[in-house]
Amino acid sequence: MDASGLSPVLWVGAFLFVCGVVCMTTKRNGIGVLMGVELVLNGANLNFIGFSRYTALGLDGQVFSLFVIVLAAAEAAVALAIALNFYNNHLTIDVDRGDELRG
Amino acid sequence: MTGEQILFGLFALLACGGAISVVLCQSVVRMAFSLIVSLASVSALFFLLNADFVGATQLMVYVGGTLVLLIFGVMLTASSPFVRIRTSPAEGFLAGGIGILFLALVAFTIGAVDWDATTAKLPAPATVATAGHNSAESGNTMRPLALALAGLRPDAPGGSGYLLPFEIVSMHLLVVLVGAAYIARTKRNARSAAQSRAG
Repeated sequence: MDASGLSPVLWVGAFLFVCGVVCMTTKRNGIGVLMGVELVLNGANLNFIGFSRYTALGLDGQVFSLFVIVLAAAEAAVALAIALNFYNNHLTIDVDRGDELRG
Repeated sequence: MTGEQILFGLFALLACGGAISVVLCQSVVRMAFSLIVSLASVSALFFLLNADFVGATQLMVYVGGTLVLLIFGVMLTASSPFVRIRTSPAEGFLAGGIGILFLALVAFTIGAVDWDATTAKLPAPATVATAGHNSAESGNTMRPLALALAGLRPDAPGGSGYLLPFEIVSMHLLVVLVGAAYIARTKRNARSAAQSRAG
């Protein structure tokens, strides 16, 4: 199989991943951190689909991507529920205010 | 430059531009809309990479579901208009520098691998194999994906299907929905408790 088109796909995936990680580490808004997580997962998905297309990975890469999408949606739901709970208790979504361990 | 390469370049630029915009925006609403652009471009990239079902799923579930949920979260956790949550510039520079270094490391590693030679070393795929899994008359990727999720692998005979992970993910979604609904249920929040104490 001709794998010459694989590297650009992986570069885009790596760029999305790094943007997601920087977003997760620098954003003080809790929802902003969640957006970073979504970017990371999409970078990984692009990796899977690229390998599915250009190497012998075949259908397995696309099935994995489907499962990644489903699990990312589930994780976004739970993370948003936690963020809403935090907002209800502290009246702010600033994650720097979450520095006490008591409930 | 073939048309496919031009389209790939365009959507790759949109995806990366959207991602950079998510990192650089200070308003969380603008971040959400940049993320919509980025994820829709990733879906277009999926279509270009012969993953039509995954691309459609990405549009429906991610852009149409998860991002709408994030925008709801943004609206429900909105702070007052004069309070801006910002990161300090020093932290931003440090994180950006480390990010650029990491990206350079990964990009260099990707460029240094000869993927054709690596693929040639792997065991050859089964003979009935991947030759047909993208052809139009066999239902593009939707039919092989559906069969794989039902436990059959016509494209790789002898391989097990994905029925067990499919069932596990279904139960996982149910548990997650019940859990999220419980965590985010309406309770007396701090503001109403303070008001009732003062009033």
